[in-house]
Amino acid sequence: MIEALLVTAALLAIASLAFLPHAVTRALGALFLSAVAFVFLRHVGGDLLAGLVCAAIGFVAWRFLPGAILRRVAFMVPSLVLLIGVTTWLMYLAPGNPFAQEKSIAPQVEAALRAQYGVPESPLAFFRVYMERLLGEGSLGPALKVKGRTVQEVLLPALPVSLGLGGLALVLAVGMGLLLGVRAGMRPNSWADHASMGLALVGISLPNFVIGAGLMIVLALQLGWLPVAGWGGFRHVWMPALTLALPHAATIARLARSGTIEVLQQDWIRTARAKGLTEARVVSRHALQVAVLPVVSYLGPAAAGILTGSFVVETLFGIPGMGQWFVKGAINRDYSIVLGTALFYCGLITSFNLVVDLLLAWLDPRTRQVA
Amino acid sequence: MSPPPVQSAGPWVQAWRRLRRNRAAMTGAALLIAMVIACFLVPWWLGLDPTTTAPGQRSLPPSWAHGFGTDPLGRDMLARVLVGGRVSLLIGLAATAASVVIGVLYGGLAGFYGGRVDEAMMRIVDFLYGIPYMFLVILVMLMFSETARGEALPVFLALGLVQWLTMARIVRGQVLGLREQDYVLAARVVGARDLRILVRHILPNVMGPVVVYATLTVPTIILLESFLSFLGLGVELSWGQLVAEGVAVVNPIESPWWLLACPSAFLATTLFALNFLGDGLRDALDPKSGA
Repeated sequence: MIEALLVTAALLAIASLAFLPHAVTRALGALFLSAVAFVFLRHVGGDLLAGLVCAAIGFVAWRFLPGAILRRVAFMVPSLVLLIGVTTWLMYLAPGNPFAQEKSIAPQVEAALRAQYGVPESPLAFFRVYMERLLGEGSLGPALKVKGRTVQEVLLPALPVSLGLGGLALVLAVGMGLLLGVRAGMRPNSWADHASMGLALVGISLPNFVIGAGLMIVLALQLGWLPVAGWGGFRHVWMPALTLALPHAATIARLARSGTIEVLQQDWIRTARAKGLTEARVVSRHALQVAVLPVVSYLGPAAAGILTGSFVVETLFGIPGMGQWFVKGAINRDYSIVLGTALFYCGLITSFNLVVDLLLAWLDPRTRQVA
Repeated sequence: MSPPPVQSAGPWVQAWRRLRRNRAAMTGAALLIAMVIACFLVPWWLGLDPTTTAPGQRSLPPSWAHGFGTDPLGRDMLARVLVGGRVSLLIGLAATAASVVIGVLYGGLAGFYGGRVDEAMMRIVDFLYGIPYMFLVILVMLMFSETARGEALPVFLALGLVQWLTMARIVRGQVLGLREQDYVLAARVVGARDLRILVRHILPNVMGPVVVYATLTVPTIILLESFLSFLGLGVELSWGQLVAEGVAVVNPIESPWWLLACPSAFLATTLFALNFLGDGLRDALDPKSGA
């Protein structure tokens, strides 16, 4: 129960950061930024040099970065620490442990294994060991179920796989969604509109592993254009990326369609047309910038959804990415692999959301906050 | 001379009229009613049993005796698909209800008090948003992996736990705008307390977006449950599990296609219908929001 209390307290503490004066959260953000940089850099250049560089980073950030970014950082860093705590807690609540085997093992053997891998019996002690290792050595610890390898060694090869697959899926989703949606919005109730909206509904109404299986049957088994599953060449990436992209392409198409329809009814579009501009120019230069706003704000959830989908799609297509490691780690109770993937996913999503918010502020002056 | 008093239709009646004119939405609603009847009444009426195995009737293609064929254990697929629909629909509804209650209360309070309370409360939501929800759901499911594997309650808990976030954001955004309205000021002048203003004057005006988003949450939950089933963490005998089993038997030599096609068709039809209905409700209840 003490864990529940601690998690609640930490959550409230993070929430109460909102009550601090802006100058303080600003300074905290800069401090956290340089602290994170220090953990990474001290292995490269030694304590003294890294300390100096990071102090400089912190100062520059505090002096020149916009307050909105620094405030976000001030929330992000404690959030990641809390995430490690919550994940640890939940994993310890799950029945079983990484050293449980079919035959029961002697308590002495288990104790020795726990000491060797740094996995004490209580979640609090594990949290301390983990944080000390993370901050002190900048290391994610040994993988518990992959013999003789550290978490970094396991996850680093998976990183480009997941990033490449997810990135391509996001590009495909935005590209297809915008193309279909804007076209449909320019001519509502035409056959192109109905066709693209029908496609969009299919994308929303089927689980992605069914879409994936369908693509496998058609593209790989019947037509033989692409390999069925696996990973390796350029040809392997298309089917999983398309599977991941389709549901989000569908949502983006719907958002872009309604955005375009709404914008094209505005007075300033009529003015642009009255000036004698071609329809293509009206749409591309005047309407699009406003019509894509809902799409841009959907990018954050879309990225999160693609990451989530990657758990399933990587398993379906047998792709050695982060998602599969997470699922395997969670089912095998490999605590350090799960924590490593958790840090990766959350770091990625929070940074991506920050970038999206900045992009939105740049595109839409109405959402700019006074820092 | 004053004009005769005109009984104007209330907002819900007007919304209903707009909805009735929307053919896609009405088709969706009809499909849903048919689906509920099929899943909840037909198996009982025909005496279908999803669990009886028949060793001599393994993996039969659809025929008159077994409308949707049989699975590798000889169980009737029609019965399994229909009864599986009960599980999926109930999970979708229950988890949505949970997310509506939590989301409306949380978002309502945050929006009503505004300022720093709002920022603090929304930071907690942001924190939870930063975690991929599937991640949380899988961790929660693991907790029950030995004690309650395949039961509905853990899935319902885990999915309800993560789905209230967007609802809270929507409600908060609406309430933030509504609390500046003159009628709220009027209620305050009359001496109404905070809770009464929130419950009687503000929340009823938020119900439109809430209904719309809830309709769109049901399909999301059903989809999420199917992901969990695919990873082996879902509910016994849900559509998700049937579809996942169907995907598992896809192979180039001989595909028992009915194992994948039948549950997928039912799942897709339901999600289709819910999405159509949700879009129609959005147009009907919130005519300003476009499309």
